[in-house]
Amino acid sequence: MKRRDSIKSILLGSVATGIAVNSCAPSEQPVDLPKTPELPPYGRTKKEKIRDQEILEASFFNEHELSTIAVLCDIILPKSDQYNSASDAEVKEFIDFIVRDIEAHQIPLRGGVMWLDSFSNKKYNKEFIVCTNEEQFDICDLIAYPSEETKPELKQGEAFFTRMRNLTLTGYYTSKKGIEELGYKGNTPNVWDGVPEHILNKHGFKYEEEWLAKCVNNSNRSDVAKWDDNGNLIS
Amino acid sequence: MQIKESPETFDVIIVGSGAGGGMATKILSEAGLNIAVIEAGPFYDPADPNTRTQLRWPYESPRRGASSSRAFGDFDAAYGGWEIEGEPYTRNQGTKFDWFRSRMLGGRTNHWGRISLRFGPLDFKRKSIDGLGDDWPISYNDVKPYYDKVDKLIGVFGSNENLPNDPDGYFLPAPKPRLHEMYYIKGARKANVPVYPARLSILTKPINENRGVCFYCGQCNRSCSAYADFSSGSCLIFPAQKSGGQIKLYTDSMVREVVTNDSGKATGVIFINKIDRKEYKLNAKVVVLAASACSTARILLNSKSKSHPDGLGNSSGLVGRYLHDSTGAGRAAFIPELMNRETYNEDGVGGMHVYTPWWGNNKKLNFPRGYHIEIGGGLGMPAYGFGFNPNILNEFIGGKVGGYGNQLREDIKKFYGSLIWLAGRGESIAMESNYCEIDPNVVDEWGIPVLRFNYNWSKHEKSQAKHMHQTFEEIFDGMGAQVLGETPNKGDDYGLLAPGRIIHEVGTTRMGNDSKKSVTNKYQQLHDVDNVFIVDAGPFVSQADKNPTWTILALSWRTCDYIVSELKKQNI
Repeated sequence: MKRRDSIKSILLGSVATGIAVNSCAPSEQPVDLPKTPELPPYGRTKKEKIRDQEILEASFFNEHELSTIAVLCDIILPKSDQYNSASDAEVKEFIDFIVRDIEAHQIPLRGGVMWLDSFSNKKYNKEFIVCTNEEQFDICDLIAYPSEETKPELKQGEAFFTRMRNLTLTGYYTSKKGIEELGYKGNTPNVWDGVPEHILNKHGFKYEEEWLAKCVNNSNRSDVAKWDDNGNLIS
Repeated sequence: MQIKESPETFDVIIVGSGAGGGMATKILSEAGLNIAVIEAGPFYDPADPNTRTQLRWPYESPRRGASSSRAFGDFDAAYGGWEIEGEPYTRNQGTKFDWFRSRMLGGRTNHWGRISLRFGPLDFKRKSIDGLGDDWPISYNDVKPYYDKVDKLIGVFGSNENLPNDPDGYFLPAPKPRLHEMYYIKGARKANVPVYPARLSILTKPINENRGVCFYCGQCNRSCSAYADFSSGSCLIFPAQKSGGQIKLYTDSMVREVVTNDSGKATGVIFINKIDRKEYKLNAKVVVLAASACSTARILLNSKSKSHPDGLGNSSGLVGRYLHDSTGAGRAAFIPELMNRETYNEDGVGGMHVYTPWWGNNKKLNFPRGYHIEIGGGLGMPAYGFGFNPNILNEFIGGKVGGYGNQLREDIKKFYGSLIWLAGRGESIAMESNYCEIDPNVVDEWGIPVLRFNYNWSKHEKSQAKHMHQTFEEIFDGMGAQVLGETPNKGDDYGLLAPGRIIHEVGTTRMGNDSKKSVTNKYQQLHDVDNVFIVDAGPFVSQADKNPTWTILALSWRTCDYIVSELKKQNI
């Protein structure tokens, strides 16, 4: 679109409010917001921006809860020579946000941390985060493998750990570091030319000639489409 | 306070800027008419960097694209959803209907699946075939020239297959199948289910100089900033403005009613400006409603006057009746052969590259009508939800489920891209007993009485959903996949989704030759008022096992040609 045309669109777009402006003063006053972190833009509407800001300004977890979550995140995805930890990918920060965004996570996670501490107190007479690594792993082993055989008194812990694992993995594999580790290669302009041949072969497939004849030919993909009267593409 | 009235009289007011309204804007403005387009949401241009979501990464959203702000997630280009704050609707007890609305210039065309299927010859004459519902007052041959023009104007890839009820057209070349789609082809053929290249309105070649060509990011639901997919703004309204059309856009403006004079003719509309919350009146010689099937019914039913005591165009009592959505059911499966696959950029276009149109013979089946099959899967970009139950598929191969530590990373990579899912989208039977009406007790935040829905699926749709699952299981079996979940049973309607979930609602102002049995004539002109037309999916008599958009576009064009001709003849 040429610049002149886009200006025209903008002007036409503003006609909507034109009548309103003539007839009464704008009622929207600038709002003084306390200085809180702001999100970089990602294509929000006005209403969505306000909602994001409200979430950013709210808080849910206390310090102890967040510390416990951080420890669990790194038990679930630990650092190694080869890998980043959940903390490296700021998964704790993601979970801190998502509980304010999706409130259904709040009670299960808050109650879950408390359940974990109660369990740990009974077993080791101390809260989970001050247990040794070995003690922490011992507790996790009891609740990390969902199964019908899990003892009834551990079921709630199991549900909590499952939720923690889900949020940790989703937070990690939607981060820049996690996506690199996963090997996702897209989200960038490219020219699709089918599945690489050696991969097709590996799966025992081959594109059929008859099917390929209906497909994009990348040597003329930039030519403007033309058809004959019978609907056959001739360019 | 009094209603503010614009002194200008337009030739045509178009209510709604989605597929039907966009097409009307283009055709009528190019005929030299002076047009007002009224849209209930804000201005939207997919190329505007301030609202762009295309090519964004999940971590650019603090919720990683979760659907807590938008129904289909943060990056989807629909401002709205099944629930909109301040704009409720109600349902009669014991019935279901979920109503999806998108409040923005271009409406739902900004995010839709771009599946662009012509109705076939049989789809216009279903009653003659199975005795259910009604025939359309027009046939495929009436619409074919317009389908042809829509193909060329907007662009759709696909292939000419000479099928009896899935007509050929003017197609762009299709993209080559992805790997999971190769498995689908294998499984479907074993189950004697045919597969063809998909038909989507995405430009795999240029069709003119104003729009870009697909660069295969797989994100059509985010609306293309290069205008390489069809959305009403980028393909119809902006080009119409560009070619010098006299078009005024009124955005954030919600139409309440059509105003009529003493002789019963429409003189304009009243709308609420959402910014200042005041009422405005615009005048025009012709009113074209394109607000979506249910919104248009709502406007008509709210337009009561002395000449139209039951609402505009409602002398038949059928406005809102015969509401019907596509049937829908889906199922996923695990393809063990896709474990530990090598990754590559498999985004492709924003949708499937292959599909299955309806192939069955109803004489041998216990339900009428059919469905097409849509295919999903592949090495997609992660978003919120990715990694949930990361290794549940170990159940199939004997590994441990759950756990913690680096084993989870191996499981994630092992199963990445190993799932395939199939969705059936079929034709339901239009019934007078399924309807929307005005709720006598409830208004929205604009003071406009809201819709109340009353909708029940019949045995026809449930039997169809049962057949979908049987077919899916057979196809999965044929490709060596492990079906996930249990086969749905009678208690859960065989997996049939609630009406409204497929977002193909049509039929509320159906067309016909008999003014007692229909709301519009075959030109989508109200029987009762000759200067009001409907160009959304309201006039559909039956909805076919096809997505409605291509037919909305073709019929809107046809109606606009008729409007221009009638204006020239001074008939309206």
